[in-house]
Amino acid sequence: MSTRLPGSERTPMTRFLDTRLGTWTGFAAAALVLFGLAPLVLSGFRLGLLAQFLCYAIVAVGIGLAWGRGGMLTLGQGVFFGMGAYLMAMHLKMADARFEGGPGAVPDFMELAGIRELPAYWAPFASPVFTVAAILVLPTAFAVLLGLAVFKRRVKGAYFAILSQALAGAFAILLIGQQSLGGFNGLSRFRYFFGFTLADPANQRMLYFIAAAVLLAVVAVSLQLRRSRYGELLVAVRDAEERVRFLGYDAANVKVVAYAAAALFAAVAGAVFVPIVGIISPASIGIVPSIMFLLGVAIGGRASLVGPVVGALVVAWAQTALSEQFPSAWTYAQGLLFILVIALLPGGLASAAALTKRFRTKPTPVEAAA
Amino acid sequence: MDLLVGQLFTGLSTGSILLLAALGLSLTFGQMGVVNMAHGEFIMAGCYTAYVVQQVVGDAGASLLIALPAGFLVGGAMGLVLEALLIRRLYHRPLDTLLVTFGVGLILQQAARDVFGAPAVNVSVPEALRGGVDLLGVTVPRTRLFIMALAVLSVAAVALVLRFTPAGRRIRAVVGNRDLAETAGISSRAVDAGTFFIGSGLAGVAGVALTLIGSTSPTTGQSYLVDAFLVVVAGGLGRIKGAVVAAVALGALQAVFETYSTASLAKVGVFVVIVVFLQLRPQGLFTLRTRSLA
Amino acid sequence: MPHRFPLPARLARALAASAALTGLLATAACGARAGEETVAAESCLDTSGDTVKVGALNSLSGTMAISETTVRDAIRLAVDELNAAGGVQGKQIEIVAEDGASEPTVFAEKAEKLIREDCVAAVFGGWTSASRKAMLPVFEDNDSLLYYPVQYEGLEASENIFYTGATTNQQIIPALDYLAETGAESLYLVGSDYVFPRTANAIINAYAEAHGIEVLGEDYVTLGSTEFSTIVNQVKSAGADAVFNTLNGDSNVAFFREYANVGLTAADMPVMSVSIAEEEVGGIGVENIEGQLAAWNYYQTLDSPANSAFVEAFKAAYGADRVTSDPMEAAYTSVHLWAATVEKAGSFAVADVQAAADGVSFDGPEGTVVIDGDNHHVTKTARIGEISADGLLYTVWESPAPIEPDPFLEGYDWAADLSVTE
Repeated sequence: MSTRLPGSERTPMTRFLDTRLGTWTGFAAAALVLFGLAPLVLSGFRLGLLAQFLCYAIVAVGIGLAWGRGGMLTLGQGVFFGMGAYLMAMHLKMADARFEGGPGAVPDFMELAGIRELPAYWAPFASPVFTVAAILVLPTAFAVLLGLAVFKRRVKGAYFAILSQALAGAFAILLIGQQSLGGFNGLSRFRYFFGFTLADPANQRMLYFIAAAVLLAVVAVSLQLRRSRYGELLVAVRDAEERVRFLGYDAANVKVVAYAAAALFAAVAGAVFVPIVGIISPASIGIVPSIMFLLGVAIGGRASLVGPVVGALVVAWAQTALSEQFPSAWTYAQGLLFILVIALLPGGLASAAALTKRFRTKPTPVEAAA
Repeated sequence: MDLLVGQLFTGLSTGSILLLAALGLSLTFGQMGVVNMAHGEFIMAGCYTAYVVQQVVGDAGASLLIALPAGFLVGGAMGLVLEALLIRRLYHRPLDTLLVTFGVGLILQQAARDVFGAPAVNVSVPEALRGGVDLLGVTVPRTRLFIMALAVLSVAAVALVLRFTPAGRRIRAVVGNRDLAETAGISSRAVDAGTFFIGSGLAGVAGVALTLIGSTSPTTGQSYLVDAFLVVVAGGLGRIKGAVVAAVALGALQAVFETYSTASLAKVGVFVVIVVFLQLRPQGLFTLRTRSLA
Repeated sequence: MPHRFPLPARLARALAASAALTGLLATAACGARAGEETVAAESCLDTSGDTVKVGALNSLSGTMAISETTVRDAIRLAVDELNAAGGVQGKQIEIVAEDGASEPTVFAEKAEKLIREDCVAAVFGGWTSASRKAMLPVFEDNDSLLYYPVQYEGLEASENIFYTGATTNQQIIPALDYLAETGAESLYLVGSDYVFPRTANAIINAYAEAHGIEVLGEDYVTLGSTEFSTIVNQVKSAGADAVFNTLNGDSNVAFFREYANVGLTAADMPVMSVSIAEEEVGGIGVENIEGQLAAWNYYQTLDSPANSAFVEAFKAAYGADRVTSDPMEAAYTSVHLWAATVEKAGSFAVADVQAAADGVSFDGPEGTVVIDGDNHHVTKTARIGEISADGLLYTVWESPAPIEPDPFLEGYDWAADLSVTE
């Protein structure tokens, strides 16, 4: 079942990937690169770096779904990323404390801050099962509630974007004020990950594999969503919400699902990010980091499936490579990329491939994302 | 009594700062539907205008008087350039404008860093505005009174321009129905440019005024931007009246929350109130009935 | 009635398959479990050539670039001096520079790069506590060395970090001693809402209780806030003898302006600040802050041959209008301390440097500093400075001798049960 939607340009390549054989070939190639090639050619440090970038890519897949397909500009993905990350970090701190100080011990940073009693909301995070469940359920549930509150009342477009941005700002400020969550310093210094020593290079490689597997899984889920009738409905809501409503669908529900899926992806990315990077602090989840998540998606192509992944990886890599030598120039480059890609190439790199075709036939309609 | 008066005053004062920052936005975002994330950097440009003028003029009082119109021109000119180069191409893609202008903001911020240096610079407060006035047992700084007065003046000026001048009539006509206005012979393109000039100029004025109370650094504008957007969203698009009420209400809300809890919880509280409020009035406080089908 | 919601049935299969995949992989490739010995990554430091690399990791972009670029300059100056004098162990020192971008995660990433890819002998840098906490596990896991040059909230001691800025008993407690000596019987605490002010104020509260000083109020604002009318009015009506200010960055501008506006002066209610150095005075405006107090270990105006040489060299290298401040001096000193330790150990190896560190001293601009081998902090002379009309700070009081570092405040009975308030 192949869909033809405005904004997804067709090239022989994408047409092939849309077939069943093509899909499997694509996944097999990606798996080969991620699980075979990358660990072979990259040093331990570079592999860790790639694992970190993969987490950004997981967030990007969600944004591609909500923004590219659903037209919801989520400027607050840092909130869900942060939720997943903090939930995981709380478990890691609890596990470390239990392992080193026995059942009654409080995490080291609390002891230093003079918090002798474990706050009640921390206690359940000693359980790995509870933590994983919380990471999967809490951010998603929050997104559903917020989504219902916002979309049911038909708050959309720029209003929604600004609200989601304000949410990111408020969330970061809230966290900075919570000493029992490490405040401004955040949570760091984790020793064990579900019983495995994080300092061991073999386990670091395991974390990389987990990140890669999660990315492939998230892409697969996103692909299924896009190819389903739901996926078509989502694009329909993006392009003509009123008409979809006239047809008898509740457009708000359609949007909430995409928004919640994006939130879930971001939360899982955050949870994987923490053991890889070793710290989560409010600095990684505020307004600016949340917008930066969008840059890669815009560059790769918001409406395409693989574009956001590639875009996120390229931006993260460029940041690391360029900011060392030219810290000031990199900021200019970021700004210019936002301007050039979005103003001139709204379909991102994914549409650049189709440009030649576009000139030969009639111009593709530019998405009216609002 | 002291506490109440103090809070009332803080609310008004915070509100008038928010209003100054948001007034330009309520024109560009409210009237034109353009989400200009570089608005904060226009405010910053106003701050640096005040700094440069003071370096040249020397006397703090005279430089403030020169800087206010100069800030308006600098902000307005930046707005004109932005409108002509980028925003004009993106009127039908408001969300894309948001991201494009964010990119512009990044560049302006870094440019300020490279030109003026990363550390904050100091703009001296004129002698006449130093110190405070005792009002009902609370010391009210003169700078705050000045900002309140400036906010009132700016709102009055914008309202008068919109209501009574030919240019204002044209702006209202385009907001009401762009196509109909076009058929009536109004160049909507010129009106857009004009609106953007005024809106961005107001950001410059806000920047000049904010040097009286805060620091002037490359990141100055950012801190006001999100709150200013919330003011416009809560106030309702296209309504100056809405922006005024929303700014004062948010200011007061912030002050009350801050007194009874911590400053960080106050931010979260304000956010929750706005989400709940939008449940009741999704279009903001005051809705503008336009004649366009949206 | 709306249509049924069309969620795909195939989605469930995709989810199940991916969950299985993740689980499979997680168990397939795994290393040491908790409790088992792990082999720390081997250092790739190579000292066979004519040069040895060290890392400089400071934020050159982002919000912290304001402060950290100056630290970078100081590190560079010190390394140039070492090289001009023949290097360390006869080898020239080469700086590998990295940008921390004001983000803790970037600090962690770049620290790992410096250690594992560039094979540096030691890293100099970091500013915020968040950046240090992010780097700490990296240095411990890779068994490498970080020299951290900024005053901080204490309560930390790592084998792999040398702390060359002041800990609380070398800055905050002396500041309190000074206020108590000059007759302050009540204090008002104002700070930004993050870890350092919270910890500092916990110490101040405990000190005040033990010394009969009354704390009349404790207020926090969000980082970067410029809204001080309520707080300053509360400060004024409380009528404390002094204000203890742990505000950070731009908030100071708004605070001091408002402070002067309501008619408060340094003469009737002095403000003791712990984050305002020479660099920040210009941005706040001297007229707003003249006569107020600061607590540090170094001022540009210190009268000693070592300091004159340092200031002169710094201005010669970076411009006559530049000022020197405490963190810059601590960074400069940290490079020389590392060099002295390497010379004493006769080796660049981490284990040798750690073993030789105790008692290593350097006659720096702030006076002689000595490394404490137990907690890896250094001795420091506490100094109270007054901000003068020329924008510089002049010492009005200094501790009679360098103070031994005590990051966990074990030598102070009243600090036994510190707790940070929410």
